Amino acid sequence: MLSIKNLHVAVDGKEIIRGLNLEVKAGEVHAIMGPNGSGKSTLAHVLAGREGYEVTSGEVSYEGNNLLELSANERACEGVFLAFQYPVEIPGVNNTYFLKAALNAVRKHHGESELDAMDFLSLVKERLKVLHMDESLLQRAVNVGFSGGEKKRNEIFQMAIMEPKLAILDETDSGLDIDALKDVADGVNALRSEDRAIIIVTHYQRLLNYIVPDQVHVLDSGRIVKSGDRELALQLEEQGYLWVRQEAASA
Amino acid sequence: MSDVSPSVRHYVNQFARVAGSLPGDDLPWLKARRESAIKRFSELGFPSPRNEAWKYTRVAPIEKRAFVPPAETFEVSASDVERFYLSETDCHHLVFVDGRYSAALSTPGELPEGVLIEDLSGALKRDPELLEEILAEGDAENRHAFSVLNSAFMHDGAVVKLPKDGVVTYPIHLIFVATGRQGDFVTNPRVVIHADRGSRAAIVESYVSLDETVYFNNVRTDITVGASACIEHYKLQRESRKAFHISDLRVHQSAGSGFHSHSFSFGGALVRNDIRVGLDAENAACTLNGLFMADKRQHVDYHTYIDHLKPRCVSQELYKGILSGRARGVFNGAVYVHPGADKTDAHQTNNNLLLSRDAEIDTKPQLEIYADDVKCSHGATVGQLDENMLFYLRSRGIDEQAARGLLVYGFARDVIDRIEVNAIRNRLAESLLRWLPHADQVRELVQ
Repeated sequence: MLSIKNLHVAVDGKEIIRGLNLEVKAGEVHAIMGPNGSGKSTLAHVLAGREGYEVTSGEVSYEGNNLLELSANERACEGVFLAFQYPVEIPGVNNTYFLKAALNAVRKHHGESELDAMDFLSLVKERLKVLHMDESLLQRAVNVGFSGGEKKRNEIFQMAIMEPKLAILDETDSGLDIDALKDVADGVNALRSEDRAIIIVTHYQRLLNYIVPDQVHVLDSGRIVKSGDRELALQLEEQGYLWVRQEAASA
Repeated sequence: MSDVSPSVRHYVNQFARVAGSLPGDDLPWLKARRESAIKRFSELGFPSPRNEAWKYTRVAPIEKRAFVPPAETFEVSASDVERFYLSETDCHHLVFVDGRYSAALSTPGELPEGVLIEDLSGALKRDPELLEEILAEGDAENRHAFSVLNSAFMHDGAVVKLPKDGVVTYPIHLIFVATGRQGDFVTNPRVVIHADRGSRAAIVESYVSLDETVYFNNVRTDITVGASACIEHYKLQRESRKAFHISDLRVHQSAGSGFHSHSFSFGGALVRNDIRVGLDAENAACTLNGLFMADKRQHVDYHTYIDHLKPRCVSQELYKGILSGRARGVFNGAVYVHPGADKTDAHQTNNNLLLSRDAEIDTKPQLEIYADDVKCSHGATVGQLDENMLFYLRSRGIDEQAARGLLVYGFARDVIDRIEVNAIRNRLAESLLRWLPHADQVRELVQ
């Protein structure tokens, strides 16, 4: 589904991603871990199409097409979803309108008819339950006045509504208490399927207790320096990142 | 008067020509006030940029044109006017065509006992004693030259008098229609609202045009809010894009009264609004909300003044501006906490959105405190659309144009959502949608 080959990315002239390779197949869950500043969030944003990141070389192919040629909204319509580390507050824009707009943008892109209000509402209510979210959040402006946990739940809720093919979760676990963490994990697990891939970008392995990954990668200085199964994540939690870095340096 | 400028002399001459035909010419007190006003105007002259309050708004385009009062009245059909109604509620309508009251188009409806909603020219005939009293209420103060000009020429307008504890359920909607059928005319509407103790009403002033022509609307509104009375005041300015609109609103509040103003400026080539509220007794509260939108070469200026004169009064102010093209905006928000006005609670915010490189805003919050134990704050921002917000919307599949439109809508909606009356709020949301670029896309997203 996603194939990244020798990717180099610079921000303001400074190279952050330096020769990254990654293959993600449909049905898989990949965790990308790494110390602060290793390029995890940059990777997530580049995949989502944020401007201001310069791809200096390399390729990213998504379902056989060049992902880098698509704008952020085209990527979203093609099924790429980024759950933000810091969800943005949008005053004056109602959460329900926003969700409906997002969903209908995707449907329109695929030549499907827009969902009518009744169908939309029943879909929304069903998904809200999974995430233990209060219906009153729907009537508020997008993320405005939401607690940290509510914002993260709202991201996963949006994901559950949009049903992307490739979901990228950027530090979704940061700042969550244990109940919220479980709800978020339930939301993500409910979405796991044969034709969907999930990339979890995280600093800690905590979330991986609830969303068990197929592969774990360690990102350091813009490169994947080690890959393994979920045992690797547990090892990282016990021993930190230094040994991986040393191992990579001596290799 | 030999030393006055030709533009001032033009109005002095016009006054000499039309004074005899102005309403209330048979009332000596009114005649004297008009004469003293034209004299005062010729002393003041048009405000120059050297005058601090007019530094950013040059009125030369108004001076240059020799505006004259409308010579005749034009037929306007009911359907021409009904489209400006607030469709979702009944209203007490007074309609003015090119500055003159139209009895045929007005539907004041049934009113609670003692409530008076009348045209000014008619009221001068029917009830001159009352008018002598309430018209004088705003005269004692220093008013700017345009306001003084209005005093000399005022021809028609609305008189609203609410008796003690009088409550008007439906909004009172004053619609000022410019037909545009006569070029270069000036109208001087006067609105006087006098709310006795404990009364309540919502009053809407709409300024609209049937055609995109050049004219000058020089408006003055005086409002007296008695003890424990509450007035909601809405101003919807949707003049022709070529028109000039200048207004001067003064408000006096008594103890425990409420005055809540929502001012919206969409139209006009050159627009200047002065709003001055005096909190002249304890426990009075006022809200000043406003939204101005301008594009191309439009110029819109809001000068607001809140005088906290007595202890324990509250003022809340939020103004937002959205400017694109080569538009220019001015916001000057003065809050004076006078000596003795202890325990004042005053908060002011002005946020501006610049949608193009050539758009410009001058914003000046001005907070002067001469009392103790007060809670005051002010803040002003000027910015472009937030890149983080844009990316967030786009990452959810919304294309760039629609995302931009939606963010502008959200920015403005914040002010509109503060409107208490549903019908007015919905009407404004609709006007906003119509104003937005890529309106259709945004409409799809929010409806």
